[in-house]
Amino acid sequence: MIALRGIYVIWLRELLRFVREPARIVGMVAQPLLYLILVGNGLAHGFQFRGTGGVNYLAFMFPGIVAMSVLFTSVFSAMSIVWDREFGFLKEVLVSPVPRAAIAVGKALGGTTIAVVQGAVILILAPLVGISLRAGMYFGMLGVLALLALALNGLGILVASRMESMQGFQVVMNFLVMPLFFLSGALYPLKGMPTWLAALMQVDPVTYGVDALRHLVYAPGQILTALTQFSLATDLTVTLATAVLLITVSTLAFNRAKSA
Amino acid sequence: MPDRIVVENLVKRFGTIEAVRGVSFSVRPREVFGFLGPNGAGKTTTIKMLATLLVPTSGKLYIEGLDVVRQRQEVRRIIGLVFQDPTLDDRLTAWENLMFHGLLYGLSQAETRRRAMPLLEMVGLADRANSLVRTYSGGMKRRLELVRGLIHTPKVLFLDEPTVGLDPQTRSQIWQHIQQLSHEHDTTVFVTTHYMDEAEHCERTAIMDHGQIVALDTPEHLKQLLGHEEIRLTVRKEALHERPRWEDRLGQRFSGSGPDLIFKTHDAGADVTRIVEVIGPSIQRIEIKRPTLEDVFLHLTGRQIREETVSAREAWREFGRRRMGR
Repeated sequence: MIALRGIYVIWLRELLRFVREPARIVGMVAQPLLYLILVGNGLAHGFQFRGTGGVNYLAFMFPGIVAMSVLFTSVFSAMSIVWDREFGFLKEVLVSPVPRAAIAVGKALGGTTIAVVQGAVILILAPLVGISLRAGMYFGMLGVLALLALALNGLGILVASRMESMQGFQVVMNFLVMPLFFLSGALYPLKGMPTWLAALMQVDPVTYGVDALRHLVYAPGQILTALTQFSLATDLTVTLATAVLLITVSTLAFNRAKSA
Repeated sequence: MPDRIVVENLVKRFGTIEAVRGVSFSVRPREVFGFLGPNGAGKTTTIKMLATLLVPTSGKLYIEGLDVVRQRQEVRRIIGLVFQDPTLDDRLTAWENLMFHGLLYGLSQAETRRRAMPLLEMVGLADRANSLVRTYSGGMKRRLELVRGLIHTPKVLFLDEPTVGLDPQTRSQIWQHIQQLSHEHDTTVFVTTHYMDEAEHCERTAIMDHGQIVALDTPEHLKQLLGHEEIRLTVRKEALHERPRWEDRLGQRFSGSGPDLIFKTHDAGADVTRIVEVIGPSIQRIEIKRPTLEDVFLHLTGRQIREETVSAREAWREFGRRRMGR
C-alpha cells in the first residue's frame, strides 16, 4: 500500500515537472525532426539505397527515429535519478517509509509515460514522410513504444544506480546510448550487413523494437519482408522480456545502491 | 518520561577512518538538543545513523524504544529530517511539495492541507503556498522545509545545519520557529550546527570533536565549566584609595589596575549586587562578562572552531546547487 503510494508520488511528480517545462516539450519534437529533415533528406538524396524495396528512405527511417526519441528520453529521464538522489526531492523520499523499490518503479513508469507521450506526438508526423496513419497502427505502435521505453528506463536506472555523480554521463552517452541507436537498424536495415555487424545488431534490444514498429507500418508483402528481420511475435517477446528483466534488475540494483 | 532518543557506544568506521568513536547520550521528549562541533567532527555521520541513512559499525540506537537498525521502516514513520541542502522540488509549488510529502506518509490531501495551513501561517508562507519553489529565497525554502518536516507529526525532527548559508536575520527567525514548533508539538528537535551562538538556543548541547562527545550539558552549565565569570567595573579615581577596604568587605581581591577592576566569580548575578552595595556611588560603569560557548570550545579542545577547507565533494555539491538553480 505504502509502496503503491510511493510509486504514484514519483510518477505524478515526473509528469508535473514535464508539463512545467515547455522547453523540454519543444525539444522533444525538434530533435527527431532535425534527424528526419537534415540526416534523412541528406542520405535519401546522396545515396542509392539497396535494401528498402522501393520505399523512400524517409519512410524507412521514420520508425527508427521514433524509437530513437524514446531511447534518448528514457535513458536521460532515468539517469536524472542520480542528481535527484544527491540534491533533490528523492533524498526526501529515501528517508520516508516508502520502500526504495517503489522509487525505482515509479521513476521508470514516469519516464515511460513521458517517452510514450513524446512518441505519440512524433507519430502524428508520419503522413509527412508518406506513411498513412491508421488508428490501429497508431495505438499498436504506442504499445510497442511503451514496452521499449520500459526496457530503456530500466537500463537507465541500472546504470544510474552504479553511478555516484553525473561525471560518467558522457561515457554512458558515447558508449551506451549512441551504439544502441546506431545498431538498432534505425538508419540502415539489418539484412545484408556483414556478419559481425549483424551479430552486434541482434544483441541490441532496441533492434527488436524498431523491427516491431516496421511490422506495423508496412502492409504484408515484399516490402515488409525486405525491411524486417524477425517475426512480430519474436520482436514483441524479446522487447517484453527485456523490459521485465531490466526493470527487475534495476529495481534490485537501486535497492542496493548507496544512499546519499 | 522515558528518553526519546537513546544512543549507546555508537561507532562508525569508513575503511580505516573512525568518524564516530564511541558516542553515548540520550535526549528527552520535547527537548531541543544541539550537536555542536566543527565540520568533520562526526555530527552529520551521527545524524545520518539516527535517521536510518547509515548503518552503524557498532553500538545501539533507539528512538521511542524502536531499534533504529532493525526497525528502520517503523522508525522512518516517526522521524522527520531537514538536510543541509534543500530537498524541495523547485519546479513544483510549495503546496505540491507538501502534498507529496503527506502522500508518502499516508495522509490524505485534505488532512495534509488541514495540518499545513496553520504551520504555513506561522512561518509566513501561507500566501505563497501556490508559488513555484524556484521563486523562493533561501530562507523561505528553509521555512518550507521545516513545515514539511512536521506535516507527519514526527516524534523527532532532525535538522542538519538548518541555518547554513542564511543571513543573520533569517537565522534568528528560523530559530524562533524551531523553538515555537518544538513547544507546540510533541516533537523533539535534534539539531547540528557549527555556529556557536546557535547552540545557545538549545536546551542541552553536546560538543563533538574528532568523533567524540567532549561535553554535554545546558549551555549555562557548559559555560560554568570554564570556572568563572567576570564582573568588570570602572570606579572613580578619587575613590581608588578605598580598594583595600572594598576587598576586605567582599572577602576577595580584585585584579586589574588603576580605575579598571576585575572581579572573578562563579555567580556574577549575585555578586554584582554585593559590589554595588559595597562600592556604591563610586562606580562609574559596571559590566558582567560571561564566557561564550566559543570560549568553552577553545577550553575543551584547545582549538577554535574552524571553517573546513572545501573538499572535492563539497565543490561538486556547490556546482550541483548552482546548476539546479538553488
